[in-house]
Amino acid sequence: MPVSVVFDHVAKTYAGARGEVRALDGVAFNIEQGEFFGLLGPNGAGKTTLISVLAGLTRATRGHVTVMGHDVVADYAAARKSIGVVPQELVFDPFFSVRECLRIQSGYFGIRHNEAWIDELLTGLGLADKGDVNMRQLSGGMKRRVLVAQALVHKPPVIVLDEPTAGVDVELRQTLWGFIAGLNKQGHTVLLTTHYLEEAEALCGRIAMLKQGRVVALDRTANLLAGTASTMLRFKTDQALPAAVAARARVTGRMVQVTARDAAEVETLLGQLRLGGVKVEDLEIGRADLEDVFLEIMQRETLA
Amino acid sequence: MRFAGARTLFNKEILRFWKVSVQTVAAPVLTAVLYLLIFGHVLEDHVQVFPGVGYTSFLIPGLVMMSVLQNAYANSSSSLIQSKVTGNLVFLLLTPLSHWAWFAAYVGASVVRGLAVGLGVFAVTVWFAPPHFAEPWWIVIFAVLGAGMLGTLGLIAGLWAEKFDQTAAFQNFLIMPMTFLSGVFYSVQSLPAFWLGLSHANPFFYMIDGFRRGFFGASDVSPWLSLAVVGASFAGVSAIALRLLATGYKIRS
Repeated sequence: MPVSVVFDHVAKTYAGARGEVRALDGVAFNIEQGEFFGLLGPNGAGKTTLISVLAGLTRATRGHVTVMGHDVVADYAAARKSIGVVPQELVFDPFFSVRECLRIQSGYFGIRHNEAWIDELLTGLGLADKGDVNMRQLSGGMKRRVLVAQALVHKPPVIVLDEPTAGVDVELRQTLWGFIAGLNKQGHTVLLTTHYLEEAEALCGRIAMLKQGRVVALDRTANLLAGTASTMLRFKTDQALPAAVAARARVTGRMVQVTARDAAEVETLLGQLRLGGVKVEDLEIGRADLEDVFLEIMQRETLA
Repeated sequence: MRFAGARTLFNKEILRFWKVSVQTVAAPVLTAVLYLLIFGHVLEDHVQVFPGVGYTSFLIPGLVMMSVLQNAYANSSSSLIQSKVTGNLVFLLLTPLSHWAWFAAYVGASVVRGLAVGLGVFAVTVWFAPPHFAEPWWIVIFAVLGAGMLGTLGLIAGLWAEKFDQTAAFQNFLIMPMTFLSGVFYSVQSLPAFWLGLSHANPFFYMIDGFRRGFFGASDVSPWLSLAVVGASFAGVSAIALRLLATGYKIRS
């Protein structure tokens, strides 16, 4: 499969108040053409910095990035024509209507007559009746849709979505994912960062996890789910957990979730709870999801 | 096709100020007219700079040029700082536009705004004193070069500034004093020797003196000297602006 994006040992350091901050520390992986690729990591892991380097908004301190074979620094014009970026921040130009914004963005890419595609974008993203409305008059969700449309005006082969569904309603998520999945089926590569891990699990064929600027996991989503703790023990309790269980448990109010590698480990956990005299309610044993995998990997990395 | 991106940015910048033309064109015209009414009324019978030229006639080209310069500066500086503060500059940063395209579009649109306001001021003030066009080519040359230079300074200020008040400070502490001390309201020949010497170190003086030459065929210094100074100053600030754009100064981290 041809490669669409190459991150070749990308490092980025900033001068921070307390000395040098290493935002990216030798990130190296490829994204193949037509992939739906997920980039996950906690806040401050370096996801947005990596995307900024890819988009030419930030310059890498070391390493190289290419998009469709074009270096993002040396051959920036061709590289930027190859990617469409939906920024994380909800930004807009208050002077213009939705259609004007899309025409202007098309023009920046040298496209003068783009009405047919603009109409398709407006319809596909549920903005058909908003074309002549000024950006200031749109709701947050509608502005987010325009951001997506702006990133796609030049039909880029690589689409980058930086937390596109942060704080948006279910309807927009469904509209957006339907539209993006359609583009992915047509061969567009998609790179997605999100905090909604169920979205990444449902959409992404492959996932890289970043922590403190380093790739700590990189595999097919199915392999990540199978390779780590695949069983999840869920229960409710009002009592304090034994130390051995507490160290690996995720507690939300009364709800406790603990991952286990296999049935024997589940038995061990239940034994520890019994010995600790913990009264357990609503016990469930199920398959671990990506969120569990994510937390396990992040926890492992912290301990390492 | 090759220049389509730059042309789009140029058109967008023009559309941006035109959509709020009451604030960006009509208001500065009104300000200039108020200057003319007040200074013209007070000084008409007391000051004659060139033989046979009344003070109001003398003042009009200065006011026109001052409006051209200030509005050219305001256009690029306010557009850039607004885009930076609101974050929508990212739409431009993500495009394949070169630093030459950014420069041409921002400075070009600033020239258009400067000239639009200048024409507005002229169209209104012309009723106060009949115009002279002794050497009109100098009018066009110095209006375009002056607007270009101030549009470029606005571009530099917009790139440098991180807050609105920083572009305003650039305007209030640099652009405004240099404009007012350049002979808009008087001939620098009437100044004491020290201030006359200082005026000759101010590139804005050459813009206004050269511009006025086009109206009256008379000027404090040769228009060719003014052209050389203004041309060299414009080239210098352009080189700085292009370098800042090429390196992504304060816009790409």
